[in-house]
Amino acid sequence: MTEPAQAIAVTDLHKRFGPLEVLKGVSLTANEGDVIAIIGGSGSGKSTFLRCINMLELPTSGSVTIHGETIAMKNDGHGGLMPSDRKQVQRLRTQLGMVFQSFNLWQHMTILQNVTEVPIHVLGKSKDEAIETGEALLRRVGLFEKRDAYPAFLSGGQQQRAAIARALAIQPLVMLFDEPTSALDPQLVGEVLTVIGDLAREKRTMILVTHEMKFARKVANHIVFLAEGVIDEQGTPDEIFGNPRSERLKKFISSIH
Amino acid sequence: MTDTTPPDVTTHAMAFTPEDLPTLRSFFKPHRIVLLLIAAALIFCIVWFMRWDWLPQYLPRLGHGILITLAMLFSTAILGFLLAVPLGLVQVTGPWPLKALAKGFCTVIRGTPLLLQLWLLYYGLGSLFPQFPAIRQSFLWPYLRESWPYGVAALTISFAAYEGEVMRGAFAGVPAGEIEAARAYGMNRWTLFRRIWLPRAIHRALPTLTGETVLQLKSTPLVATITVIDVYSVISKVRQDTFITYEPLLLLAMIYMCLTGILVITFRYLENRIPTRGA
Repeated sequence: MTEPAQAIAVTDLHKRFGPLEVLKGVSLTANEGDVIAIIGGSGSGKSTFLRCINMLELPTSGSVTIHGETIAMKNDGHGGLMPSDRKQVQRLRTQLGMVFQSFNLWQHMTILQNVTEVPIHVLGKSKDEAIETGEALLRRVGLFEKRDAYPAFLSGGQQQRAAIARALAIQPLVMLFDEPTSALDPQLVGEVLTVIGDLAREKRTMILVTHEMKFARKVANHIVFLAEGVIDEQGTPDEIFGNPRSERLKKFISSIH
Repeated sequence: MTDTTPPDVTTHAMAFTPEDLPTLRSFFKPHRIVLLLIAAALIFCIVWFMRWDWLPQYLPRLGHGILITLAMLFSTAILGFLLAVPLGLVQVTGPWPLKALAKGFCTVIRGTPLLLQLWLLYYGLGSLFPQFPAIRQSFLWPYLRESWPYGVAALTISFAAYEGEVMRGAFAGVPAGEIEAARAYGMNRWTLFRRIWLPRAIHRALPTLTGETVLQLKSTPLVATITVIDVYSVISKVRQDTFITYEPLLLLAMIYMCLTGILVITFRYLENRIPTRGA
């Protein structure tokens, strides 16, 4: 059996906000088909780490490689890094389907327009093709009937499912989920997790920052526990939840039960 | 937020929808009948007891005046808005020299009376230009000798300054998350601006722009002071010729009210193309 191809490799990532060092050297590799869940307390740097992968947050040092292509960085003159080729970042970002905590749907567009926007205006797909795939994706997340509604008229769960469809529409190599259920009412969490679980089952590569431990244990094949800016412990779900070794992880797991 | 709630009552009250239009049956309520009778009586008095014999003679000129007023309004609102977009944008994201320049422009223009700006342009620049042979020989001279370019310039600059501030607020008010989402999917700056940031900002600013455009309509009579023959100017002429005071002014008020009504309904239609809830 051949090794699965490498989708994302992050090496020795540091991120500093002024005097505060949020990430103190984090490395992570995701192969195709991996479902990696990043867990950790608030302030552990897990969202920052995810946002550094697509350069929404610029790392202070370290490198990010997407599908074998390392993002070229240069010194920004303030002790940090910035991309030296904006076009490259824009191109590589189309490989990463980001889903945000607060959905961030474009409020002036219908659900279908949200889903077809990037395929048409960034990827250069034809309108017909984009609408066809867009409608298929909306049907998948159970929102076909809502395709002509505006985001403000949808529930949080529906908005997040639409946001997932929007991310899928760019046919990304990797899906990035940044606490996708944290802004939702408890009764709406399930419908979103079902959609994400389906994606995991079909072996879509995903990196998922989440507080839903049971869900992480169920769908992920690899769990990363971040604490104070470093990977404190990582392993299979059974190792992490069944047999935690570090004190901090033990404490974290007992605190959420 | 819950599923399938009816449109929010407060925002729905502001929206102009076909259901809000009075139906024939809704007129037959006691208070409405009384009000309608009073209105009918008023109109009867206006038509019967006031002098309107001058009207047919001036109708063509009035029509022309209305066209000039509308031309002034639309040309200056459109040009002004095109200037307002960069004025607002650089105040939000521009480098500091541009930011300061835009801020200074908006402050100066908003801080001085439009009439003063108009006269400064017309009597100041207008009397300066003929002293330069280069300008007198240029292809622009036939226009610079007229008065309307100065009116258009003054009204455009004024609209640009006020709307620049409106657009600054609108650009700044677009949720950062929506901009971030666009970046996260690989949009370049121009696409992001054209597809997300600008339309979203205009959408937010539309209710304010309605009011500002109506105000602009009512600023147009100022151009009558520099000899542009708009509808206000025609009415002034009627008063001078006939020595009738109130009838022409009443008619003028009605004309402006009708134009305002048409403007408001048009903008409401634009606003309602994208329904909003809450903020």
